[in-house]
Amino acid sequence: MSVRLQTAPFDPGAESNLFLASNAGGGAAVTFTGLVRSQPGDPVTTLTLEVYAELAEAQIGTSIAEAVSRFGLIKASVIHRFGPLHPGEPIVQVMALAPHRRAAFEGAEFLMDFLKTDAPFWKKEATPEGERWVEAKPEDDHARDRWRTG
Amino acid sequence: MKIKYFAWLRERLNRGEEDVSPPPEVLTVADLIAWLRSRDEAAELAMQKPSLIKAALDTQIVPHTALIANAKVIALFPPMTGG
Repeated sequence: MSVRLQTAPFDPGAESNLFLASNAGGGAAVTFTGLVRSQPGDPVTTLTLEVYAELAEAQIGTSIAEAVSRFGLIKASVIHRFGPLHPGEPIVQVMALAPHRRAAFEGAEFLMDFLKTDAPFWKKEATPEGERWVEAKPEDDHARDRWRTG
Repeated sequence: MKIKYFAWLRERLNRGEEDVSPPPEVLTVADLIAWLRSRDEAAELAMQKPSLIKAALDTQIVPHTALIANAKVIALFPPMTGG
């Protein structure tokens, strides 16, 4: 189990290979990588993430423990960057190892839904028109809440 | 106690943290927000909608009804946008 918060870029493939190399008998691994988005109709030059690191480490650690016990994961890891990031760069990577694929998919999705709404990060986009804080989306709350009733 | 502010709340208040000594009748997070708003105009404007302010006591996210008495650090911040 690990939580890593860092400003430096990471290599998604290398991280995934490291995670797989320490396989502890699992039959299914899921890796999700979130990237800085910039689309032609809505260009972003820099995405800056602010973090409350002490709280983020505690919150993500708790969510990993919950994912492990709830889905029967063998292990799970979260890497999350903060500071200024540029389009195309990885922001976050969630990796889940389980005996079977459904648990690995669900564990990774649960962790991502949690990160969107309950991990203390805040995104600010710099665009050609100026800077703006990204607003929390109700659909992210709904995505997180469905795990509470499920 | 120490209060930390993040994201647009930090920007609107023009400070990342401060030490405060609220009076004894300030018991909960909701009381604290109301007391902070009563102290200065920037806080009054920034926290006009308390429903947009989330709170953490030390390293735990809590509802506005939580008692603040034993917390060393209280963080106030907008809804989170990680991932």
